[in-house]
Amino acid sequence: MIELQNVTKRYGNLVALENVSLQLEKGKIVGVLGANGSGKSTLLKLIAGLAFPTKGKVLVDGQEVTRNISQKVAYLSELDAYYHNFTARDMIHFYASQFIDFNKEKANEILDFMQLDPNKKLKTLSKGSRGRVKIALTLAREVPVLLMDEPLSGLDPMVRESIVKGLISFINLEKQIVIITTHEVSEIEFLLDEVILIRDGKVIERALVDQLRETNHQSVVDWLKKMYKGEGK
Amino acid sequence: MTEEFDASKPIYMQLAERINKKIIRNELGLGEKLPSVREMAVQSGVNPNTVQRTYSELERMGIVETRRGQGTFVTENKEVIKRLREQLKQEIMSEFVRNMKELGFTMDEIITSLKDINQKEGGV
Repeated sequence: MIELQNVTKRYGNLVALENVSLQLEKGKIVGVLGANGSGKSTLLKLIAGLAFPTKGKVLVDGQEVTRNISQKVAYLSELDAYYHNFTARDMIHFYASQFIDFNKEKANEILDFMQLDPNKKLKTLSKGSRGRVKIALTLAREVPVLLMDEPLSGLDPMVRESIVKGLISFINLEKQIVIITTHEVSEIEFLLDEVILIRDGKVIERALVDQLRETNHQSVVDWLKKMYKGEGK
Repeated sequence: MTEEFDASKPIYMQLAERINKKIIRNELGLGEKLPSVREMAVQSGVNPNTVQRTYSELERMGIVETRRGQGTFVTENKEVIKRLREQLKQEIMSEFVRNMKELGFTMDEIITSLKDINQKEGGV
């Protein structure tokens, strides 16, 4: 479904990703973990067609990624991008005009599930509510690949829980793959099938969550601590 | 609210244990329908794939049955549940006894102490 072949991405002198090869299959929720600046966001942008590799290839569904890949990939940015006077309902109309795969009914259903008022202007909403509107807009796209860059960061625990439950309720793992970046894994640990650990632009480890528990008797959080300590020197 | 899971065991197994306990306490009766995979995932705050794995595991153990298009149901076979109850008892008791013996308690001391505690807690 998603394939990176020896991908290097440089921004000027800065190496964001170095010689990364990965294959990811649909039907899974994958967590990309790593500290700030480790290359997580760059990885998502390369899959979303928002950045292109300096070396190597990125394929989605066997097709080399161009800007057009947005027809297959929904990308949730960690930045806020909206017109200040728009309401959530306006955003739904706007998204529907931009993406043919956008399911308006589903968007409304998700807003409802998250108990958000679609008639309030986004600029008047709290950060947590805006975060949830963004999630709703992303989840309402019926595409095979969902990418979410730090969907939970900076939000309070109640909001995070509502987002996690919204995610579980509205993704379709028979058809989709979900890739979530985070540097706070504890909230989404129970959501993940698989974790990929990135450091300094390299994939240093990849593991199945159940296997970590079964064979190493470790949670992802424990594993992460150990990995960082072990390789830190 | 989402319940916590402990780190040392796969989540699908912990979820299976919780369902088993519910069945033994008769909170989930013979032949009763389990929540759908999606509902159970939302309730417990875990990945739907994990719930699917839990249900498959319970099915393998004969504790639940999946009927096509209808959902997953607790078995109607009383024997299976009886065996499950017995097995859980065995597991808990043998661990308890092993722990106590490691500390050097005799069987008599263990039994006396059990009776004492039971009485203090107003048990039968």
